Amino acid sequence: MSTVVETHDHEGHHGPAKGLTRWLFTTNHKDIGTLYLWLSFTMLFVGGAMAMVIRAELFQPGLQIVQPEFFNQMTTNHGLIMVFGVIMPAFVGFANWMIPMQIGAPDMALPRLNNLSFWLLPMAFGILVSTLFMPEGGPNFGWTFYAPLSTTYAPSTVNFFIFSVHIMGISSILGSINIITTIFNMRAPGMTLMKMPLFVWGWLITAYLLIAVMPVLAGVVTMMLMDINFGTSFFNAAGGGDPVLFQHVFWFFGHPEVYIMILPAFGIVSHIIETFSRKPIFGYSSMVYAMASIAILSFVVWAHHMFTVGMPLAGELFFMYATMLIAIPTGVKVFNWVATMFRGSISFETPMLFAIAFVALFTIGGFSGLMLAIVPADFQYHDTYFVVAHFHYVLVPGSLFALIAGAYYWLPKWTGNMYDETLGKLHFWLTFISVNITFFPMHFVGLAGMPRRYPDYALQFADFNMLISMGAFLFGVTQLLFLFIVIKTIRGGKKATSEVWEGTRDLGLEWTLDSPPPHHTFTVQPQVK
Amino acid sequence: MTYIKKLLPKLFLVLPLLLPVAAKSAEQSDYNMPVGVTEVSSSIFGLHMLILWVCVVIGVIVFSIMFWSLWKYRKSKGAVAADFDDNFWLEIGWTVAATLVLVWMAVPSTQVMVKAYDDSEGEVNIMITGHQWKWHYEYMEDQVSFFSNLSTSQEQIDNKIPKGEFYLQEVDEPLVIPVNTKVRFLITANDVIHSWWVPDFAVKQDAIPGFINTAWTNVPEAGIYRGACTELCGIKHAYMPVVVRVVEQEEFDAFIAQKVSLAEEEKMLTSKVWSKEELMERGESFYATNCSACHQANGKGIPPVFPALEGNQVVLSDSTKQIEILMEGIQGSAMQAFGKSYSEVDIAAVITYTRQAWSNGENGDGVIITPKDIVDYKNKIDL
Ligand code: HEC
Ligand code: HEM
Ligand SMILES: [Cu+2]
Ligand SMILES: [Cu+2]
Repeated sequence: MSTVVETHDHEGHHGPAKGLTRWLFTTNHKDIGTLYLWLSFTMLFVGGAMAMVIRAELFQPGLQIVQPEFFNQMTTNHGLIMVFGVIMPAFVGFANWMIPMQIGAPDMALPRLNNLSFWLLPMAFGILVSTLFMPEGGPNFGWTFYAPLSTTYAPSTVNFFIFSVHIMGISSILGSINIITTIFNMRAPGMTLMKMPLFVWGWLITAYLLIAVMPVLAGVVTMMLMDINFGTSFFNAAGGGDPVLFQHVFWFFGHPEVYIMILPAFGIVSHIIETFSRKPIFGYSSMVYAMASIAILSFVVWAHHMFTVGMPLAGELFFMYATMLIAIPTGVKVFNWVATMFRGSISFETPMLFAIAFVALFTIGGFSGLMLAIVPADFQYHDTYFVVAHFHYVLVPGSLFALIAGAYYWLPKWTGNMYDETLGKLHFWLTFISVNITFFPMHFVGLAGMPRRYPDYALQFADFNMLISMGAFLFGVTQLLFLFIVIKTIRGGKKATSEVWEGTRDLGLEWTLDSPPPHHTFTVQPQVK
Repeated sequence: MTYIKKLLPKLFLVLPLLLPVAAKSAEQSDYNMPVGVTEVSSSIFGLHMLILWVCVVIGVIVFSIMFWSLWKYRKSKGAVAADFDDNFWLEIGWTVAATLVLVWMAVPSTQVMVKAYDDSEGEVNIMITGHQWKWHYEYMEDQVSFFSNLSTSQEQIDNKIPKGEFYLQEVDEPLVIPVNTKVRFLITANDVIHSWWVPDFAVKQDAIPGFINTAWTNVPEAGIYRGACTELCGIKHAYMPVVVRVVEQEEFDAFIAQKVSLAEEEKMLTSKVWSKEELMERGESFYATNCSACHQANGKGIPPVFPALEGNQVVLSDSTKQIEILMEGIQGSAMQAFGKSYSEVDIAAVITYTRQAWSNGENGDGVIITPKDIVDYKNKIDL
C-alpha cells in the first residue's frame, strides 16, 4: 500500500513520567509494549532455566540431579511459563507496539485497560512461581493438567495455580477487547480491512480466538476448583463425573490456543519476507483467508489430542479428517512465502535469516503435525517424544523465531539504534544449529518408543538424549547473547533512519514515523490511499 | 577463504536433500517406529512410512524452490525484484493439489483405522487396571489376577550399581498371553489416568478411572514384548513398565492352572495360624513392593506429601484405625484402599510389619494384627 503522511506536530509534547511511576501508571502503548516484552524475556529465562534442569536430569539414564517429584514440577512449570508467560505476552507486546503504528492510530483505544491487563500478569506469574517454594511444591501434573491427577491427587498448591490461570485469562481477554476495539475504530482513513498489514490481521483473528476460548479455560479450572474444594464431581468418576470431560473442555481451549501462538507469528514473518525480498507479499488475500480458515477449523479438531482416550470410530475419523484439512491453509501460507521470495531481490539481514529458518522449520513441524493427525499412526506417536518434537518445532523455530525475527526487524524502529549485525548473525547461526540438535533427534527417540514426561529412561535412548541435552545447553547459553545484543542496541549504536530498511516506506505506516517514534504516535492522522 | 565463501551458499542448495537421506536411513534403523509383530502394527508402520515419504517429497520440492530462489535472486548478485503479487491459477492449483494429496493419504488411513478398531469379545479377555504405579492383570475367564511391578532395583536407578540390559523395562510378573489368539484387553484405572502401551502390538489405550476402554491384539510370534505407561500419572510415571510374554497355548494353560492353584493356596493361608515372625517376613517384602514408593523403605515418608509411618500415632497406637485406612484408603488422597486388591494375609502382614519395624516396635503398643482380624473387619463391614 502507499501512504501519504502529513508533517508531524512536534510541539506541545510532554514526555513520559520519570522513574518507576512511568511504568506503573503508564497508559502509553509503547511503554506497555515494552513492559510486556521485558516480562516475556524474563520469563524466557525462568522457563529456560527449568528446561535446563530437565535436560540435565535427562543427560543420562538414572536419577542424578533431581527427584521425579521435582522433575514433574519442572516440566509442568516449564510448559505453563513458556506458553502463558513467554509466547503469549511477547505477541501482546508486539501488538501494543505495532498495531497503533501500523494502522496510523495515536495509541490503543483503551489505554487504562491496557495498563491493567499488563499488570495482572506479573501477579499471575508471581503466584505461579511462588508455589515452587511452598512445602508441597508447585503444580506437577503437566501443563495440560489432566484430572484427576490435577484434582483429587494434586498438591494443595493447585488452588494457587487455578487462581493464577484465572488472572492470566482475565488479562488476555482484556487485552483482546482492547486490540479488537483499536483495530475496528482507529484505523487511518483509507485503510480498509483488506489493506490492513498482515500482522494486524493475524492479531485481529487471534484476539477473537482468545475471547472465544479463554472463558473455556476459566471454566475448566473453575470446575477443578469445585471438585477439589466444594465436593462436586465433574471429573470424578466415583461421584458420577467423567475424567475425559476434562480433556474435551481443556482441548476445546487448547487447540485454538496453539493457533493463538502462531497467527501473529505468521503476520510478522510475512512483513519480514516482503521487506527483504523487496517484493510485496504474494497472495495477500489468500493469506488473510488462510488465517481465517485456520482459526475456524481450529474449533473442530480438539479431539486429535485425545485419539487414545477411547472415542467411537466415527469420532476418531471425523477428527482425523478435520485436522488434515488444517494442513491446506497452512500449506498455502508456506507456498505464498516461497512465492514472495521467488524473483525477489533478496538480502540476508538477521531478521530475514530468522524468517527463512521459520519457514523451513515451521514447515517441518507442520509435517509432523500432519503425521500426528493420522489416527492409527497417532496410536504409536501419542505421548512420546515425537509429539514433543512436533510442538517444539512449531513453537520454538516457529513462534519464538518469529518473535526474535520481529525483535531484530523492529528494534531499530523502537530504539532508534541499529543492532550489531555481526552479533545478530552469530546469534542466528548458533540458535539455528542448536535448535536442530535439540529438537530433531526427539523425532527419533519418540519413534523408538520413549514416552514424554519421563525423568528416567531405558538404555537404548541414552545416546540421543545426551545429544539433545547438549543441543539444549548450547541453545540456552546462546539466548544470553540475544539479551546482550538487545541491551547493547537500546544503549546505543548506529542511528536508524525512519525507513530503517531499504524501501520500507511503501510497506507500512510504521516506517513513516521517526526512529524512535515520538511519545504520542501519529498525533496527525495519516491518510492511506 | 573467498572460495569457501562462494561455496557455502551453494551447499545450502543441497540442504533439502538431507530430508530423504534422514528418512531413508531412519527407515531401517532402531530409531524408527517399530514394525511390530501384529498385522495391525505392520499396517500402521506402512502407513507411517507412506505419510513420511509424502512429507519428504513435498518438503524437498518446497525447500528446493525456496533455497534456489534465495540463491538465484540474491541482491548481492544484483537481482532486481519483479513486481507481481498474485497469480489466481497458481493459487487455485496448489490448493487443489494439496487437497488431492490429503485425500490420497486419508484413504489408506481410514482403512487401517477401521481394521484396527474392533471391540468384539476375544478368546481370552483380560482386565488391565492401572494403579499408581503398577499394573494389575485379571484373566476374566479364570478369575485369577496379579500385580506387575517394576523389578529394576532402586540402586540401579540411583546409579549405585551398573544398569542391567532391561533397565526400567522389566517387571516381577509379566502379563502372559497365548500366541495366535485374539486377546481382548479391558482397560481401566484405579486412581489417575494411565495409558497402556506395547509398541510391537501397536496397542496404546488410556486407562481411565471409572471407565473401561477396550483394545485387542492377536500376536503371531511368541516372545517377550516391552512397553510403558504413557500418560503422566504422578511421581513414578516412568517406573511402571509393561512386559508381555507371548507363549504357546499349552504353556499358557499351564500358567493359568498354576495361578489358579496359587490362588487357592492363598485362601488357605487366611485360616492358618500365623506367628509374628512369619507375618513380619511377609510384611517386609510386601511393604518394599507396595508402600516404600511413598512412605519410603525407612518409614520416614516424604513429608508433607507422604507422611512418615515411623513414629506415626495411628501406626503406634490405633490398630483399628490403621486397619480401616488400609482397607478403605483415605478419600481424596494418594493412599488407596489396598484391602480391595490384596489378600487378608498381605494386609495383616504389612500392618504388623509397620507396627514393629524401625523404632515403632519399641515405642508402640505392640499389637499384632492377624489375617483373622482382617476377616473380622470385612464381616463387620458387610453387616
Ligand atoms: C501412592 C503413594 C502411597 C502408597 C503406595 C502408600 N501410601 Fe500410605 N499414605 C499415602 C498418603 C498420601 C497418605 C496421607 C493421606 C492423608 O492423610 O491425606 C498415606 C497415609 C497412610 C497412613 C495413615 C497415616 C496417618 O498419619 O494418618 C498409613 C497407616 C499408611 N498410609 C500406610 C500405608 C501402607 C501400609 C502402605 C503399603 C501397603 C501404603 N500406605 C502405601 C500415600 C501412599
Ligand atoms: C499443520 C498443522 C498442525 C497439525 C496438523 C497439528 C496436529 C497435531 C496433533 C494431531 C497433535 C496431537 C498429537 C498427540 O498428542 O498425539 C498435536 C500436538 C500439539 N501441537 Fe500441533 N498441529 C499443527 C500445528 C501446530 C501449531 C502451529 C502449533 C503451535 C504453534 C502446534 C502445537 C501443538 C502442541 C503444543 C501440541 C502438544 C500438546 C500437548 O500434548 O502437550 N501444532 N498437533
Ligand atoms: Cu491441536
Ligand atoms: Cu501410569
